[in-house]
Amino acid sequence: MTDVTDPRHSPLHAVHESLGASFTDFAGWLMPVRYSSDLAEHHAVRTAAGIFDISHMAEIRVTGTDAAAFLDRALAGLISAVPLGRAKYSLILVADGGILDDLIVYHDRQDEYLVVANAGNRAVVVKALQDRSAGFDVKLDDLTDELVLIAVQGPASRAIVEATLSVPEMATLKYYACTSGTFADETILVARTGYTGEDGYELYVSVAHAEPLWRALAAAGAPHGLVPAGLASRDTLRLEAGMPLYGHELGLNTLPVQAGLGRVVNLTKDFVGKSGIEAGPAPDARVLVGLISEGKRAGRAGYPVMQGDAEVGEITSGALSPTLGYPIAMAYVDSGASAPGTQLDIDVRGSRVAASVVSLPFYKREA
Amino acid sequence: MATKEQLQYTSEHEWVLIEGSTATVGITAYAAEKLGDIVYIDLPKVGSTVAEGTVVGEIESTKSVGELFAPINGTVIEANDAAASSPELVNSDPFGEGWLIKVEFTELPSLLSFDEYTALTGA
Repeated sequence: MTDVTDPRHSPLHAVHESLGASFTDFAGWLMPVRYSSDLAEHHAVRTAAGIFDISHMAEIRVTGTDAAAFLDRALAGLISAVPLGRAKYSLILVADGGILDDLIVYHDRQDEYLVVANAGNRAVVVKALQDRSAGFDVKLDDLTDELVLIAVQGPASRAIVEATLSVPEMATLKYYACTSGTFADETILVARTGYTGEDGYELYVSVAHAEPLWRALAAAGAPHGLVPAGLASRDTLRLEAGMPLYGHELGLNTLPVQAGLGRVVNLTKDFVGKSGIEAGPAPDARVLVGLISEGKRAGRAGYPVMQGDAEVGEITSGALSPTLGYPIAMAYVDSGASAPGTQLDIDVRGSRVAASVVSLPFYKREA
Repeated sequence: MATKEQLQYTSEHEWVLIEGSTATVGITAYAAEKLGDIVYIDLPKVGSTVAEGTVVGEIESTKSVGELFAPINGTVIEANDAAASSPELVNSDPFGEGWLIKVEFTELPSLLSFDEYTALTGA
């Protein structure tokens, strides 16, 4: 029996310890927060490459002749339209349209999909998928404990992955596509996806081969400037890229359209949450915006956003952007205060910091 | 420069160097490590009066915000402008170049010894 009060260790825990990592409890897992400097790790991903252990993510295998039809019903996106070898960002909603989790779905084999959910939502997503699978010819397998997820992110990531694994389709693998590669005689899922705003790859490997793969990637990456990177840099990277984090920008009380994710929802089919989506948000529902400020003082999650004396919103994530050098934040604000260019104030622990509404993302890599 | 053993400490992870009636204050390596890369420091103005246990400044990292508590009653006679303009000094040399403020005091509060502080952080 696992003691539920003890954080779980990644299969790569000993590697992280040997690298001098500091750890943080994240969704019940003890994961590396940084190895040396989170700023150095952040910059390495923007300019060279970083390697992340994100084994805490939940992987659920969906198999069967009804797999596509089932996922069309269970998720907000039109999964049946995802060609073999492609990935899709999607949402799983509750009946009223609130967001249960955001997910990546990989169509990696015929009649098979791999659904990747947030660590903190593993149990609720598995249960919701099981509940919604009644009447469909599908099998669900929670592979979270069997798979290690290693992300290699940054402009040098392709060269590093190519040098480490045999990936026959590497040259033609597009962003948000997936294929198979071979490492130590194991066939592993190689996906060109990530959560950093850079080009990058996510590799789904067995526990047995996780450490050899990590070490091989680290060795191949060293000449390219690859560094191990922790969750602190992962958070500032995704924030710059305008990517939402469940529990901050997304939650059960948020409709996709409020989070700017209306495009993820496909209304041409029936799915759990459709009626809530069609009813739409309340007239006074807040919407997600980007805020930028001058100086160095960043608004943080929970800080009020003000327009004159009126509180018109609240920050969900914020930091001094390592790449841009000025404070950035995502915030939910009243729709009347959401137009780009709107001048607002952030209440930073009792003092006002001027902020401008901007379109997301804050940072976009050059194509 | 004093050794870590010669410094005194607070439970808020600050160190204090007493020289005559002047206390030099900084945050410990433990605190700097917990915060991560420090990107912004707000220090009290020179000449301001500070009261023991009150928040007198802020230390922000990319991930979080730490508060600077006055460990002692007194008057700020110097603030480390170098650390304010280059906050990374607090990460690279928390007990030296990364000192934060100097306070002139009249009465010594009770502070933790190195051994007591080390016991607190479990280091």
